[in-house]
Amino acid sequence: MKWHRIKALLIRYMYLNKRSLPRLMDIFYWPVLDLLLWGFLSFYLEKLNMGNLNVVTLLLGAIIFWDLLSQSQRAVAVSFLEEVWEKNLLNLFVAPLRISEFLVSTILIGFFRVILVGLVMGSLGLLFYHFNIIGQFGFYLIIFLLNLLIFGWSLGLLIIGFILRFGTSAQIIAFGFMVLIQPFSAVFYPVSALPESLRYIAYILPSTYVFEGMRAVIASSAFPWSQLGLALLTNAIYLVLTCWFFYRMFARIKEKGTIMRLND
Amino acid sequence: MYIVEVKNLTKKFRSVTAVDGISFGLPQGKIIGLLGPNGAGKTTTIQMLLDLITPTSGSIRIFGKELHSHREEILNKVNFSSPYVSLPSNLKVWENLNVFANLYGVKNIKAKIAELSDLFGIEDFMQKMTSLLSTGQLTRLNLAKAFLNDPELLLLDEPTASLDPDIADRIRKMLKKVQQDKGVTILYTSHNMVEVEEICDQIIFINKGRIVDEGTPTELVKKYGHRDMNDVFLTIVREGEAKELVVDIKKHTNEVA
Repeated sequence: MKWHRIKALLIRYMYLNKRSLPRLMDIFYWPVLDLLLWGFLSFYLEKLNMGNLNVVTLLLGAIIFWDLLSQSQRAVAVSFLEEVWEKNLLNLFVAPLRISEFLVSTILIGFFRVILVGLVMGSLGLLFYHFNIIGQFGFYLIIFLLNLLIFGWSLGLLIIGFILRFGTSAQIIAFGFMVLIQPFSAVFYPVSALPESLRYIAYILPSTYVFEGMRAVIASSAFPWSQLGLALLTNAIYLVLTCWFFYRMFARIKEKGTIMRLND
Repeated sequence: MYIVEVKNLTKKFRSVTAVDGISFGLPQGKIIGLLGPNGAGKTTTIQMLLDLITPTSGSIRIFGKELHSHREEILNKVNFSSPYVSLPSNLKVWENLNVFANLYGVKNIKAKIAELSDLFGIEDFMQKMTSLLSTGQLTRLNLAKAFLNDPELLLLDEPTASLDPDIADRIRKMLKKVQQDKGVTILYTSHNMVEVEEICDQIIFINKGRIVDEGTPTELVKKYGHRDMNDVFLTIVREGEAKELVVDIKKHTNEVA
């Protein structure tokens, strides 16, 4: 793996983002809008006085974590789509660029985006709602974020694999896929709130363990290591499977000669 | 000495054979035209030479090494340009060159970009967005990008397509000069036979995935007894169609009998 090739792609995304309002909106506007919307809702619910439930912390923590997962997934999938939209895939792959270098660059972009969005949402949460995400989760925050990042990468790779397999008509899933898994990830409610048959789906998603873990920390301040172990285990399985799927689909378009079609 | 050696290269897409057991060599420091009608297998061949398509069978050796297993090493010394493959339109011209210079690991990026912008006459629009360039300017930018890594082998897919005759002529002269100065081997596809005669040292004709003839432009014109390469092209393509028609008629006759 050569750093100069990864750096080239990072520079390319920096150029791309710095003057594009829609891309900056995707990084800042929507997460801030989410934060405001859920912040006001949680304040309203808190006024309803629902016992000891810390609504602001639960909902704001959940929405921030969810947005960070979405950012990680979209950064990987959209980085690939940017090259498809710009008909630049061929230019990249006639260069000595390795697939692994391309993937590492998208993963790094995802990492930077998550850090950026996390800082913005965390600061605004503190400013508007006195919700201190670092104070609330401390060291555990890193573990939660790491798991969300990795799951986001896996989902991003899965989506790129679908686009390689089914062509650009599959690009819509880059934006809609997260909505499909949100109800099963127990983002705003515990898994126990789901019907029993749906809990099986919830338990195969690493995100579920993160959100369950987050609620456990809020409720008891004790870190649920078993939840973390399961999150890491499922994440490792997904990462291996989606990497395999991505490489398989890339080999397939080389066999089928359809890389040019992605460029049309 | 051949810089590229292709042996029995075949590519099948299900029942369609796009490239059918072709073998050829590209001599160092020459411009070789890869000609043929639409659907002849030129693009598939070029994409196999760039490892964008996996061949069904056969071998490709570039710089004496097998392409697939030495992809990274080989592609470091190869480049490609086509008007059908664009550089990102939402980047400025110099930004695009900077990104690709980094991608190819160019040592002194500023100096290299300055050298190529001067060579291809693009210095006046370095600060322009790529989306705002004219077709001629885009072609020059694509060519500048293709020379960033000082390639030893350059694959040019119809580089002057959609250019007016004046700009196309300038581009050809520019290209010929750069090729002579740098000693690059160029594989060149074009449907403009005047251009082919002017720029190519040798020609490989393919039709329906097979090599049907090869030689220098002068040799081919002489062999077919025509005035120029345009007539040679028409003869080769139409002979191929006529042969196919005879085969079809024979097949149909046998079926009826």
